[in-house]
Amino acid sequence: MFKKILIANRGEIACRVIKTAKKMGIATVAVYSDADKDALHVQMADEAVHIGPPQSAQSYLLIEKIVEACRETGAEAVHPGYGFLSEKREFQEALAAAGVTFIGPDGHAIFAMGDKIESKKLAKAAGVSSVPGFLGVIKDAQEAVTIAREIGYPVMIKASAGGGGKGMRLARNDQEAAEGFISATNEAKSSFADDRVFIEKYIENPRHIEIQVLGDSFGNVIYLGERECSIQRRHQKVIEEAPSPFLTAAVRKEMGEQAVALAKAVDYKSAGTVEFIVDAQRNFYFLEMNTRLQVEHPVTELVTGLDLVEWMIRIAAGEPLTIKQKDVKVRGWALEARVYAEDPFRNFLPSIGRLTRYLPPQENDNVRVDTGVYEGGEISMYYDPMIAKLCTYAPVRELAISHMRQALDQYFIRGLNHNIPFLAALMAHPRFVRGELTTNFIAEEYPKGFGAADLPVEDPRLLVAVAAFVHRRQVEREASLSGQMPGREKKIGGDWVVKFGGTNYPYAIRPIEGGYALEMGGPTVSVLSNWDIGQPFFRGVVKDDNDHQVVVQIDRHGVGYRLFHAGSRADAVVLSPRAAELAALMPVKAAPDMSQYLLSPMPGLLVSLGVAEGQDVKAGEVLAVVEAMKMENILRAERDGTIAKVHANPGESLAVDQKIVEFA
Amino acid sequence: MTEIIRQLQNARAGARAGGGIKRIESQHQKGKLTARERIELFLDADTFEEWDMFVEHRCHDFGMGEQQIPGDGVVIGYGTVNGRLVFVFSQDFTVFGGSLSEAHAEKICKIMDQALKVGAPVIGLNDSGGARIQEGVASLAGYAEVFQRNVMASGVIPQISLIMGPCAGGAVYSPAMTDFIFMVKDSSYMFVTGPEVTKTVTHETVSAEELGGAVTHTSRSGVADLAFENDVEALLQLRRFVDFLPANNREKPPVRPTSDPADRIEPSLDTLIPENANRPYDMSELILKVVDDGDFFEVSPAFAGNIMTGFARMEGQTVGIVANQPMVLAGCLDIDSSRKAARFVRFCDCFNIPIITFVDVPGFLPGTAQEYAGIIKHGAKLLYAYADCTVPKVTVITRKAYGGAYDVMSSKHLRGDVNFAWPTAEIAVMGPKGAVEIIFRNDIGDPQKIAERTEEYRRKFANPFVAGHRGFIDDVIRPHATRQRICRSLAMLRDKKVENPWRKHGNIPL
Repeated sequence: MFKKILIANRGEIACRVIKTAKKMGIATVAVYSDADKDALHVQMADEAVHIGPPQSAQSYLLIEKIVEACRETGAEAVHPGYGFLSEKREFQEALAAAGVTFIGPDGHAIFAMGDKIESKKLAKAAGVSSVPGFLGVIKDAQEAVTIAREIGYPVMIKASAGGGGKGMRLARNDQEAAEGFISATNEAKSSFADDRVFIEKYIENPRHIEIQVLGDSFGNVIYLGERECSIQRRHQKVIEEAPSPFLTAAVRKEMGEQAVALAKAVDYKSAGTVEFIVDAQRNFYFLEMNTRLQVEHPVTELVTGLDLVEWMIRIAAGEPLTIKQKDVKVRGWALEARVYAEDPFRNFLPSIGRLTRYLPPQENDNVRVDTGVYEGGEISMYYDPMIAKLCTYAPVRELAISHMRQALDQYFIRGLNHNIPFLAALMAHPRFVRGELTTNFIAEEYPKGFGAADLPVEDPRLLVAVAAFVHRRQVEREASLSGQMPGREKKIGGDWVVKFGGTNYPYAIRPIEGGYALEMGGPTVSVLSNWDIGQPFFRGVVKDDNDHQVVVQIDRHGVGYRLFHAGSRADAVVLSPRAAELAALMPVKAAPDMSQYLLSPMPGLLVSLGVAEGQDVKAGEVLAVVEAMKMENILRAERDGTIAKVHANPGESLAVDQKIVEFA
Repeated sequence: MTEIIRQLQNARAGARAGGGIKRIESQHQKGKLTARERIELFLDADTFEEWDMFVEHRCHDFGMGEQQIPGDGVVIGYGTVNGRLVFVFSQDFTVFGGSLSEAHAEKICKIMDQALKVGAPVIGLNDSGGARIQEGVASLAGYAEVFQRNVMASGVIPQISLIMGPCAGGAVYSPAMTDFIFMVKDSSYMFVTGPEVTKTVTHETVSAEELGGAVTHTSRSGVADLAFENDVEALLQLRRFVDFLPANNREKPPVRPTSDPADRIEPSLDTLIPENANRPYDMSELILKVVDDGDFFEVSPAFAGNIMTGFARMEGQTVGIVANQPMVLAGCLDIDSSRKAARFVRFCDCFNIPIITFVDVPGFLPGTAQEYAGIIKHGAKLLYAYADCTVPKVTVITRKAYGGAYDVMSSKHLRGDVNFAWPTAEIAVMGPKGAVEIIFRNDIGDPQKIAERTEEYRRKFANPFVAGHRGFIDDVIRPHATRQRICRSLAMLRDKKVENPWRKHGNIPL
């Protein structure tokens, strides 16, 4: 076994690999860029080597830096994690040349599976079910139409070197096939400098289901069940689960055996994933093979009880795979939700910055959190803005979903925006709960993007009861103030009104053992908790006819409270009945009209300003360019008008919604 | 006997009806509560003791003789806020537009006198059209009587003004002399001369809201400290605010027990200061993580944002917090921030409230705008306030403490009791780059040399140890232990006694 390994990665995956290495008694070396000096993976590793400036191209992607770091520290092997250099054959070769073991498959397997057309040919040869299609080079549009007809519409025309949706065209008839061939070819040429395209059958309502395989250097290959990753947003996986709610035992076995056959065909020796697309009739077709550890590997670990990273290390160290296929047992259900620093209410715009408060849920048998950040840490603009992978496990899917909802309630993140509201909405979505998934799920269910109206509807009385509890503690605290007039100390009233979501909920409150009883019409509601002022989480039980376990995040907000629960944020103000009566007289103020302003859509740098005060502009004209996350965002005039005032100057840092220019 | 009781009841009903149902409705339509509704919301339930319900004006000119409304446009009395005594006057816009008559002024004076005698705060809820013109100089005399009492009460009992309607002309000078002014957005305004006179004299067209609304005064002029959305919010926040203050200058501020441990560690503070010295960070995060329960009542947040001022509690005891805010103008001192912080420090000193100062200041803001407008005198106000102040003073330098601004910000030399520095502190005459360009003027053409010298200067001076060697700071503390160290210091300072030499009063550079 290795004595010391280096992890050529950062963030949660580096931390995750370090954990297993520690468990195995192997010393660890982290590498880090300038941006990651204080990162968690650096703190967790036994040693850390600085490898360059923040940009990945000058640090985490530099093969020679990593090799040098191995030499310097005497690391015998390298775990590449996912992304970065994990599927670079050159990296594997450079390590081999330096006498360092790559914890992953051999270079030929990486290479064979790296090319879309080559991998499909290999798969076909290995007897793996493939999407009907033509993998040869297509001469012209005429040939494209002929092939498309043979396959049968609809078809997808794809760039061989493609990715990220570039160079892809859907065709439902001859005309679309001809046009699609031309535009896909052009796009492929400009995007990848490779104009080869291929045509394959387009699968409607597809599901993304993948098989985890594990092979060793002795020709042993097993499969560890499947993962369903159909919940994707723009080809980015959001929710993954194991097993799939869709597969039958027979189909699972068939898919697993084909995946094993493919792995054997390339002498695969490590953990790998064979991705399939599955249609509504449970026909499955090979998509690609990922020759690395997948982001979503924890769900497989949870249902199989195996540590994939441990096996990767053992196999790389030359140990044989001692588990046989018959030993692999899939038990229970696991879900993974990817927690990202992005604003779901602003079209998932990345949100970078400091995690001023960061309290992930407690890990236990049902909850696993793979994270690479900590309170006071930074989500930087240089890397993927993932905060963590939140996994839950339970004997059945329904319960795993319920654990996930609770775990999301217990995820406390402040300082930047995050997608927990979106994840909570998915977990509460009836179609998700029924398991009716396709890769179009998000596009179909949120066609206009995600908004507050998409959040799950909860019984407001639960939160009203929590607000009543919280406020009672607050007034008790206030009543404990020193310097009161003797004999005339503050008396705490029992009648109150919670203003919540535009509705007034009157109630009477009295202390009971462990909490308070509320009379709010209907059965008496008791709220039991030991929450106290200043605590971020309210954990307790609200009892009416049933017992409701609730976890609500509480922030002070003006004279009221901001409650976070089930992905939603709601403000509650608790008033005496008289105050509520008077509050009803207060005018409802319309939000100020900001339409005459150009506001910064995100925090960033004002790169340039295209207009000056007094200038007339036409709709569509460029007003300003804001740079954020290394992306230049061009802001254009929405209507004709005159610039009355310029509020920000080039070079200035902008906050979100900061005024840039004002129209007359 | 029953007859007289009935008369009493009638008189009370008359006073409570104020200007009548119509005027009350009109007040509500403007989004405003009546004088009595406001008191009801502000005080603990059923604790209001009203005085002078039957007072009437004594004017007979211009038909005023026929118009008598008991109370004469102002409701006065006392009650409790969370069990603590406060005096309150609330002007009634439904009665003669809340205008100030001689009798109206006498009522205000009466409770001010009483508050001074017993040592309890006076809260004014202002909603008045101005002087009772029919009364002429008698009304003006009334204002002056109030002003005089404002001045006599200043520094003896806390005085707070909540502007909930018009407050114009001479009337503004009573709130101006109180300790804090709060306003209600869209329904209150304050100015010496209104939009009409302004237009006649200076030809400027400006609305009342723009000229003297809550937003104007809390962000532009700095006359008011806080703006609230409506009457209810303003009054409830005012209750929160009063909870921080002692009843008078002979008392210590009240204590509100907390479950927040004094030795709470905040590991995330260790990463608060960015690697890059030119990158800002949000000072409010430090404040919120240090004080009890993260409960910080910021005062004047919208004015001179480069310095933060406000109240919080440490181990239950009220503290005043002054902090440079690197997010705004790099946290420099300028005229506005000096004035804002100086007045805040003076208030804390008047009322025995310990002051915690968080320092990250690159210096004073340069430029003609500042110099011509008298930054010398205004900066001196803050210096004077800190130097004159005798309450416990605990200072934490988080990053920059450069030049004269270092001296000003509650330094050891201005009788700072406990002065801490974080390891990231740089206590120096100026930043390394500026210093090198002066000391090694001749090397300016050689970037290599300048870089070397800058690095040398940085190593030598951009740290807390040079100041530490001389005892100008008492200790270098780890950021995560900041709360613990401040709590301990404040506990040690609880019985601090320092007396300034006898004098009639100092001469602060006003």
